[in-house]
Amino acid sequence: MNAHLLLSLPIIWPLLGVALCCMLWSRPRAQRITSLVVSAGLLLSSLALLAATWDGTVLATQFGGWAAPFGISFVGDMLSAAMVVITGLMAVAVGIYGLAGDAEAREAAFYHPLYQGLLLGVTGAFLTGDIFNLYVWFEVMLISSFGLLALGGTREQLDAGVKYVTLNLVATTLFLICVAFLYGLTGSLNMADLARILPTIDNQGLVTTIAVLFLVAFGSKAAVFPLFFWLPASYHTASAPIVAIFAALLTKVGVYAILRSFTLIFDLSLGFTAPVIGIVAALTMVTGVLGAAAHFDVRKILSFHIISQIGYMLLGIAVATPLAIGGAILYVIHHIIVKANLFLLAGVINRAGGSFELKEVGGLYKTLPWLGVLFLVPALSLAGLPPLSGFWSKFVVVKASLDAGHALLAATALAVGVLTLYSMLKIWNEAFWKAAPAASTAATERWLADTGTRRAMLTPIIILAAITMTIGVVAEPFIAFSLRAGEQLLDKSAYVEAVLGPGPQRSAEWQP
Amino acid sequence: MEPVFALAFGVLVAASTYLIMSRNVLRIVLGLLVLGNAANLSIFLAGRMGTRTPPLVPEGATTLVGGANPLPQALILTAIVISFALIAFTVILFESAHRRFGTLDTEALRDAEPKPGPKPAPAAAAAPVAGDVPAAETVR
Repeated sequence: MNAHLLLSLPIIWPLLGVALCCMLWSRPRAQRITSLVVSAGLLLSSLALLAATWDGTVLATQFGGWAAPFGISFVGDMLSAAMVVITGLMAVAVGIYGLAGDAEAREAAFYHPLYQGLLLGVTGAFLTGDIFNLYVWFEVMLISSFGLLALGGTREQLDAGVKYVTLNLVATTLFLICVAFLYGLTGSLNMADLARILPTIDNQGLVTTIAVLFLVAFGSKAAVFPLFFWLPASYHTASAPIVAIFAALLTKVGVYAILRSFTLIFDLSLGFTAPVIGIVAALTMVTGVLGAAAHFDVRKILSFHIISQIGYMLLGIAVATPLAIGGAILYVIHHIIVKANLFLLAGVINRAGGSFELKEVGGLYKTLPWLGVLFLVPALSLAGLPPLSGFWSKFVVVKASLDAGHALLAATALAVGVLTLYSMLKIWNEAFWKAAPAASTAATERWLADTGTRRAMLTPIIILAAITMTIGVVAEPFIAFSLRAGEQLLDKSAYVEAVLGPGPQRSAEWQP
Repeated sequence: MEPVFALAFGVLVAASTYLIMSRNVLRIVLGLLVLGNAANLSIFLAGRMGTRTPPLVPEGATTLVGGANPLPQALILTAIVISFALIAFTVILFESAHRRFGTLDTEALRDAEPKPGPKPAPAAAAAPVAGDVPAAETVR
């Protein structure tokens, strides 16, 4: 397959999904089949993209036949391809999970088109090579997530929606203003072109200022300290499959944008950006894990853990050695799988135990021992226990920061790991270990009687747990891939050359 | 001309910041609208404002000589369409929240993150508390 097809297919599948699901508006069953088929198509075409970029080639294509700095470029390197594969995997896993339980109520409220719209925005953001186009994909993702969050229309969801919508709109508008500033400074919007123009700008102080503004805009998307308040205010109100896909993908798009812009467009060695990211990373880890310790609702605990885990990814970006960037990439991959799985399990705890509130659940290990094992795999992986995927990603990030002499950051990361273990054991003790309240026992009986729901909900959980185990036991290829992807990010020449072609050239005449 | 527009951009951002920080959701929507317009103005400014000649290629010629920068106009058009859709959704969302909660005060919207302590009865929380939301009522 040629580069154009490889890069546009991951966009075309979800776009097709949105269109078809809208047309099949009155037929929920047909929408389900369409949604699943399209998600599988997304996974397959993203795997083809990964295979084509595996050896380190950077694929690039220009839409509309306009040559590089003028048209919209789509670029696939190892990082983008890996992110798109994970998106496809999540699309299928959460898609299967979404068939269970109260699926009819969601489907009546436009669930499938919005779900595909979210995937469209996320894959677009991972593949685009144009900063204004990135803004457009952010908005596609955002409007779908608005709809999904408020899908049920309950009081709780409307309240959460108000906060989520306001804070996210402010963040994306700030992103748009940053894009305008960058355009005013350079006269270009193409990321590869920007990478070439920005070092030639005389006023580097202005470049650093814009870089930090971008950090604020992307940081609020990624839910870093102190910009995370929209996340714990809203995530726990959405229904289980929706919050799982949110937890897997939305904040990670912000992390991806930071990773991409601070390796390709801006230089991390410039000014004081790297120390700022380091401090923010430490505070994000600590506040997130402390917030989780204070709560007794499974979804709220897990929401705060998203924030704390984002800190580890930022830690890798702040240290900025090839090992650290590779570690951050491995962390993103590990985290998406584990976090989505934990939210899927939270949905199962609610169904089999009768509540999300830990004080009202209990005794699940006695009646459903295998569910306990399935919970322990992602929970212990999140805390970073060997031999699971979390151990290796934490190991690489911590080793990189120790190698670079950031002992304090490494110590924070390890301490937060212990506190994460505390939170996970809290869920374990309350939901699985202690004696079951009467209401919880009744819910467990209903769960055991409903084979269809059980099958739909447990299949994706088993698949994701198996992937977590695989990354943990056969870690070598995954670590090697992440390290190569990190090296590719830090050496931007391949990316720039793939988009703009070899040789020095200036895009357009621009008088600063 | 550019300093005047730059100043206008600053004023718009300041006004929207003030509005968004208000406790009244109606003012927050207005603030978001103003912020969107400020962003559009910043794109327009970033594209330079030298000439008023429309960027049209004359008949017979193949390249554009002179004329205003067409790119910011395309970007702003995209941004206007997007922000229109988002603001429309926001207004609908805020209005349904207003109908459900009976108040425009953000401090009263606490269903997703209730204050610690015993849960208040749902009926009591739904009714607007008299005297608690004067700002919200006067703006309407």
